[in-house]
Amino acid sequence: MTITQAELENLKEKARQIRLDILEMTTRAGSGHPSSSWSATEIVVALYFGAILRHRPNDPWWSERDRFIMSKGHAAPLLYAALAHAGYFDRDELWRLRQIDSPVQGHPVQGLLPGVEATTGSLGQGLSLGIGHVLAGRLTQLNYRVYVLLGDGECEAGQIWESAMAAAHFKTASLTAILDYNKYQETGPISREMALEPLADKWRSFGWHVEEVDGHNISAIIDKLELVQTITDQPSIIIAHTVKGKGVSFVEADYTFHGRALTPEQAVRAREEINAAR
Amino acid sequence: MQLGELAGLKPSKPMRDVFGEALLNLARQNSRVVVLDGDLGNSTKAELVRQEFPERFFNIGIAESNLVGIGAGMAACGLIPFITSFSSFLLCNAYDQIRLAVGISNLNAKIVGSHGGITLGKDGPTQMGIEDLALMGGIPTFVILAPSDPASMHRAVQAAADHVGPVFLRSSRIAMPHIYPDDNCPFEIGRANILRQGADLTIIACGMMVAAGLDAAAILSTEGIDARVIDLHTIRPLDRDTIEAAARETGAIVCAEEHLLQGGMGSNVARLVAECCPVPMRFVGLPDIYVESADPDDLLVKYHLTAEDIAAAARQVFSAKRRITL
Ligand SMILES: Cc1ncc(C[n+]2csc(CCOP(=O)(O)OP(=O)(O)O)c2C)c(N)n1
Ligand SMILES: [Mg+2]
Repeated sequence: MTITQAELENLKEKARQIRLDILEMTTRAGSGHPSSSWSATEIVVALYFGAILRHRPNDPWWSERDRFIMSKGHAAPLLYAALAHAGYFDRDELWRLRQIDSPVQGHPVQGLLPGVEATTGSLGQGLSLGIGHVLAGRLTQLNYRVYVLLGDGECEAGQIWESAMAAAHFKTASLTAILDYNKYQETGPISREMALEPLADKWRSFGWHVEEVDGHNISAIIDKLELVQTITDQPSIIIAHTVKGKGVSFVEADYTFHGRALTPEQAVRAREEINAAR
Repeated sequence: MQLGELAGLKPSKPMRDVFGEALLNLARQNSRVVVLDGDLGNSTKAELVRQEFPERFFNIGIAESNLVGIGAGMAACGLIPFITSFSSFLLCNAYDQIRLAVGISNLNAKIVGSHGGITLGKDGPTQMGIEDLALMGGIPTFVILAPSDPASMHRAVQAAADHVGPVFLRSSRIAMPHIYPDDNCPFEIGRANILRQGADLTIIACGMMVAAGLDAAAILSTEGIDARVIDLHTIRPLDRDTIEAAARETGAIVCAEEHLLQGGMGSNVARLVAECCPVPMRFVGLPDIYVESADPDDLLVKYHLTAEDIAAAARQVFSAKRRITL
C-alpha cells in the first residue's frame, strides 16, 4: 500500500515539527543528543504516524499493542516528541526534559511516561528485550509486532550479536530491527573506530532478512516496514542510511556535536534551517 | 553556595579534565602505559593521550567486555593498561571480565571509572555510577581510589601506575575545588590524609564530599563544634590506624560519599570501627533509590549530599556521643 502525496506531505510536516521540538527540548535543557535524534526522525515518524504501529495512546499498556523499543536510548528526545505528538501525554511535558522531579528523563526509563516501553541508555540491550516481548507474545497468544531502533555504533556491542543469533534461532518474524546507519559513533566516524562492514552481510549470515533504505525518505521507509511484515520465518532488519544531525547543516558537518545541545545562538540558525525545509 | 567556598577553597576545573592531563603526563613518562577507551574518550578526556600517542591509544568501541578483556591481555604481556569509560558502563557491562581476567588473575591493569556518582546530572540514572565502589568492593584484589581534588587526582594516577596489581580509580565530571597545593599533596595508597584536626567528631569523606566535609567543618566551628576531617582517598586497603585513632580521639564519626550507602565507603569504615572502637556514626550518601536526571546542584540538594547535610549529621552524632559519655 503506497501512501498518497497528501499523506506524505503530512508526515514530512510531522517530521519537521518533531525536529523543532527536539531542538527546543535539548536547547532548553542545555544538554542531550539532538544530532542522534534528528538522524532517526523520519524512521520514528514512519512508525508512529505512517500507520505502522498498532497502538492506543489513550490505553498505552494495551496488551496487544505493537512495541517500539528505543535501544539507542540517547535519542530519548525523539521518542518523547513522537509520543507527545501521538497523544500519549501533554506536549508541554517535553520542556521538562532533564529537569529535577520530571519524568522526562535524559534517557528513557520504563513506565515513567506512558509509551516508554524500556529503560535504555546503556547501549546494546534493546534487541534482547524485543526478543523477550516476541517470545512472551507467542506464549500468551497475543499478536503484536516489535520494533527496535538500533544505532550503528551500538552494533559494536557483543549483546547485539548475541541477540541477533537468538532472534534467528527463535524465528522471531514479528521482530523488526531498524538500524540508524549514520556512519558515526560518539568519538568519530565508525569506519575509523571499528570495522563494522560488511554490515548487511553480517546480519544475513546471522539468519536475518535484510533490507536497506534511505532513512530520510518516509514513504520508502514505510514501504520497507510493510514489506518485512510479509516475511514469516525470520527476523528482519532495515538498514536505514541516515545523516547524523539531519536537517541542520552545521550539525551534519561536525560529528563532535554528538551529545551536545546547541547554544541559543546556534538554535536560532537551526530553527531557520528546519523551517526553511518546509 | 559553591563547593568549598565556606572552607575558603579555590575552585578548579572538572575532574575529568584533570584526569586526562594526569594520564597524558603518565603516558609521557612511561612508555609501557597504554590507554583503552570504550568510545567515550571525549567525555573521560582519555582522548588527550590519543592526540599525542595514537599508537598507544585503542578505542575498542561500545563493547566494554571486550575492552576489559583486551586490556587484561596487554597487562599479561607487561604493559600497563588504563581501561577507561564511564564507571556505570564499564563495571556493569564487564564485571565478569574485571573479576576474572583482572581480579582473579591479579593482573597489573587499571580500571578508570569516569563520571562516578550522581553529579553527571542530566544524563540520568542509566549513566550514573552510584554503585561503583560497592561493585569494586566485590573484587578483593583491587585497590580502590577516589581522589578529591586536582592535585590528588594527579597523585592517584601516578600511584595507580606505580602499584603493581589491579587498581580502580574513580573520576568525575564535576569540578572539585583545590584542597591540596599542586606541589604538596601527600598520597600514599592506604594512608588517609587528615586535613583538619578536631576533637569533637570526625568527618570521613572521599571524592567530592571531602570539600563538602571541609565546608561542614567550617559551619560547625561557628557553633563551637570542632570537627576533624579526613580525606579517605583509598577505600581499599582502608587506613585502619587513622580511622581507629579518629574513633578513639573524637568519639563520633560521620561518613560522607557520593555513592549508595549500601556497600560504599561508609559501610566499610563502619565495619572497621565496630571492630576496633565502636562509636556513634552517621552516614551521608544515597538511599536505596535511583536518582533522576537533573542539574547536579539540584540533585545534591534533593538527595542530601551538601555541606549542610553533613553538618546536620555531625550535630546528631555529636549529641549521641555526649549522651553516651555523660
Ligand atoms: C554500553 C554503553 N557504552 C557507552 C555509552 C556512551 N555512548 C552514548 S551514545 C554513544 C555513541 C553511540 O553511537 P551510535 O550507536 O552510532 O548512535 P548515534 O548517536 O550515532 O545515533 C556512546 C558511546 C553508552 N551509552 N552505553
Ligand atoms: Mg551512529
